[in-house]
Amino acid sequence: MSNEGVIYRISGPVVTATGMNAAMYDVVRVGHEGLMGEVIELHGDKAVIQVYEDTSGIRPGEPVLNTEETLSVSLGPGLLTQIYDGIQRPLATLEEVMGVFITRGVDADAFDMEKTWTFEPQVAKGDDVVSGQVIGHVQETETIVHKIMIPPGKGGKVKSIESGDFNVTQTVCVLDDGTELQMMQKWPVRTPRPYTQKYAPDTPLVTGMRILDFLFPLAKGGAAGIPGPFGSGKTVTQQSLAKYSDAQLVVYIGCGERGNEMTEVLDEFPHLIDPNTGKPLMNRTVMIANTSNMPVAAREASVYTGITIAEYFRDMGYDVALMADSTSRWAEAMREISSRLEEMPGEEGYPAYLSSRIAEFYERAGRVETLNGDDGSVTVIGAVSPPGGDISEPVSQGTLRIVKVFWGLDAGLARQRHFPAINWLNSYSLYPQSLDQWFRDNIAQDFPEIRTQISGLLQIEAELQEIVQLVGSDALPVDQQLTLEVARMIREFFLQQNGFHDVDAYCDIHLQYQMAKAILSFQEAAKGAMADGALLNDVVNVPARSDLMRGRFEKGYIDRIEAMVKEMTEQIANAVEAN
Amino acid sequence: MKMTGKEYRTITDVKGPLVFLNKTEPVAFGEIVTLRLANGDIKNGQVLDTSDDLVIVQVFEGTAKINRETGVTFMGDVFKLPVSTDLIGRILDGAGRPRDGGPEIVADEKADIIGAAINPYSRQSPHDFIQTGISAIDCCTTLVRGQKLPIFSASGLPHNDIALQIARQAKLKGSDEEFIVVFCAMGITAEEYNFFRSDLERTGALENAVLFVNLADDPAVERIITPRLALTAAEYLAFEKDYHVLVIYTDMTNYCDALRQIGAAREEVPGRRGYPGYMYTDLAMLYERAGIVKGKKGSITQFPILTMPGDDITHPIPDLSGYITEGQIVISRELHQQGIYPPINVLPSLSRLMGSCIGAETTREDHKSVSDQMYAAYAQGRELRGLVAIVGEDALNERDKQLLDFSGVFEDRFLRQSRDEDRSIDETLDLCWTLMSSIDTKYLVRLDQKWIEKYHPDNRE
Repeated sequence: MSNEGVIYRISGPVVTATGMNAAMYDVVRVGHEGLMGEVIELHGDKAVIQVYEDTSGIRPGEPVLNTEETLSVSLGPGLLTQIYDGIQRPLATLEEVMGVFITRGVDADAFDMEKTWTFEPQVAKGDDVVSGQVIGHVQETETIVHKIMIPPGKGGKVKSIESGDFNVTQTVCVLDDGTELQMMQKWPVRTPRPYTQKYAPDTPLVTGMRILDFLFPLAKGGAAGIPGPFGSGKTVTQQSLAKYSDAQLVVYIGCGERGNEMTEVLDEFPHLIDPNTGKPLMNRTVMIANTSNMPVAAREASVYTGITIAEYFRDMGYDVALMADSTSRWAEAMREISSRLEEMPGEEGYPAYLSSRIAEFYERAGRVETLNGDDGSVTVIGAVSPPGGDISEPVSQGTLRIVKVFWGLDAGLARQRHFPAINWLNSYSLYPQSLDQWFRDNIAQDFPEIRTQISGLLQIEAELQEIVQLVGSDALPVDQQLTLEVARMIREFFLQQNGFHDVDAYCDIHLQYQMAKAILSFQEAAKGAMADGALLNDVVNVPARSDLMRGRFEKGYIDRIEAMVKEMTEQIANAVEAN
Repeated sequence: MKMTGKEYRTITDVKGPLVFLNKTEPVAFGEIVTLRLANGDIKNGQVLDTSDDLVIVQVFEGTAKINRETGVTFMGDVFKLPVSTDLIGRILDGAGRPRDGGPEIVADEKADIIGAAINPYSRQSPHDFIQTGISAIDCCTTLVRGQKLPIFSASGLPHNDIALQIARQAKLKGSDEEFIVVFCAMGITAEEYNFFRSDLERTGALENAVLFVNLADDPAVERIITPRLALTAAEYLAFEKDYHVLVIYTDMTNYCDALRQIGAAREEVPGRRGYPGYMYTDLAMLYERAGIVKGKKGSITQFPILTMPGDDITHPIPDLSGYITEGQIVISRELHQQGIYPPINVLPSLSRLMGSCIGAETTREDHKSVSDQMYAAYAQGRELRGLVAIVGEDALNERDKQLLDFSGVFEDRFLRQSRDEDRSIDETLDLCWTLMSSIDTKYLVRLDQKWIEKYHPDNRE
């Protein structure tokens, strides 16, 4: 049977074609211009295709060619530092070919097929190799070794193996069954890459953001959702995570968001230094940018393209963090296509399969034993943009059902310019129990207890604030006024963090612990002094306390904080005598 | 446009703005259509859905008088706007035809009105400060060249005055380079249109403007293409002819309602409040046409105006807009009723690109610090008004009293300015310092000590 059919109908990004012997999810080339599309529904001989490019001007009767492959990404050296659209076309290449506006009908290799890389073999002739086994190394960027693996499903005895400079399509290894292996492999985006088993996460993804690491930690291999209305700082939070989290690799998906925002990331990242390695951040980053005005079907594909790349690096044994900003736009792309297919809608017009798609996507996160016995992880952090900030809507709810960490952004906090505007009262993390051992072993034995005290104080504050709203703070007993002061210190000194400040943007986890301890030291000293007759006002206004609080904006704070706390407690003790 | 194809008389159904016909040759998706009525009148439309069996055409001028005898011709091409610098100074209708009695536009080229997406890789980050002369905007929600910053307003508020004042006064600091204004009216009243037009005429700005006008009594469906024409003209002027273009469109709410009307006629599954599920994408395809691209001198800055139904910022139109645009300027009914012009509520207003364009090299070194402090003090002052209503002013401590008083001064002296008052950024920032000096400096925690020493009125002679 022929694999060439003809167009029957066109309705926006959805095209119906007949006579090409299609199977579900086959990639097809539509029309004379060969627009890329994917089969998403079959009715007898009619195949419904979602097209990744604008369909204006295409007519019924034009040819459609079935490639008989599913939508796949190319995986190999050259991925890092790239910026792709939703279907893995490098934006730099598109610019060369089409100029500044993205037109259509252009196919581009995911990376330079001619560039040679130095392949260092890790196996020898005659070795038995299995799926996922590393057969060679390529130093892709200064910080990342790209491990060349046997593609899943292949294996055998090495018949020959090369060493030296090759491009990604040249054969570097031949197995005894005749299988030729190149440095590049392909993988269908909608199929999770296989692994041996999933482990329970036990290590935090340290982000350098105090409210996240300290109060609501995320595990490497975990999944987090960040819902928030517009202007509450989703994108800034996601970008901070991409910059400072201690993942070895970062995949950043700008899904249906602003063009200028992606440009900002592109301008900024090459100049930023990874605090964990001291090398340019771009070296560990792959970006996918399918902005809101780029074709909606490619937006739908972009999250899959991203997570497949993340899984590929996971399989090398790396800890990978994936940021998707915003999953709501992805869900809307599904809704748009579903509505063109005239499917029966579920809630708010979203397709009935929305929550299962969301669940499947987040389930591709995890800490795993890879096929080659290594340990790798994919951590997924998805932003959600609920209409009107109301998280009772289907995308937020579908996300919250599956993720274990919820960082709830709050318009009220953003309006008070409290950033990151993460609400400490309704956010949660279900990981502390599995991570506490790590915190005890690596930071401090009493880390979890300190955390409980801090969050306890914030809870008490919330209750006291209700009373203050009614009667004013002066009507409270002094010990409660002190509690309010301590809580205010937690908010202003600890929870607020300036993502744009050179020093404050990233806070070492050890320093976070010290800062939390400093707040509790203040509370203790103040309580003691006030019991001995000191006035609240004097205690709160000791100069050393404001020095301590301002110190966090200066370099080397971690070396000075202990002395500053000591100075503060002494001054508070003196406040008793002054009275 | 010349007739290219044959005329069909195969209409089967007409519903709302949509015409369904069958037995055609292959018709392209998005193709332009003319419909010739029995009385010789011509209407225009566009193909929304096409197949071997059925073609659906959306008619821009409404379907009145269309019947099975109506002749339908497919023009063989998608909708294009003839563009040239002759556009400047012209007034066109919502479908791009001259409305000012002048000649047809002589085209240098014809541009596809849908517009392609700018490759994010080819964009240049906006960073040039635009001084609007309005303190609330310049200080707190600073506008940047290449930004899209909507005005979220509501019925009965002076958003048009503000938009015009911005159009009149907007300039780069230290430059007299002018903007070309592309004005796009969608479903506004003739009265509003005349107001815009006469103001532009009065100030001579009309010579440097292009107007696309679809009024309330013009066909609603035409509104779908009006902003696309305006943006196509803007792109041509900015990226082919190196102009800096300021696009003002009003009212986005009418545009979205037209979108809903078509969605309903097509029996699409509606999203929130009956608006189509693809409204986010559709709006993005307009708003994202703002920006600066590498290697081009011009720029497009957008000022969409939308009226929030029921003053509700969570309504789908402001909500989806807010997710796409780079901030918003929110107009407040409360301030308007207090007689304050411009009644901009800075608290929910935001300029996302502000950080990239303020500071020593562009505005002034103390701008960020001043803006944060003004904002924080006003926010706290406003909050205290609620408390005072319950416990009375006497219950406030000294700090709170000062902040409460400041919130009044902020509205009365900082926000309030006249419709032709053009304050420079230095004047605005100096005014901020004067007003903030009513608060004890120890409460001004967001101000850097070095700026207090340099700019505080107590330290300046």
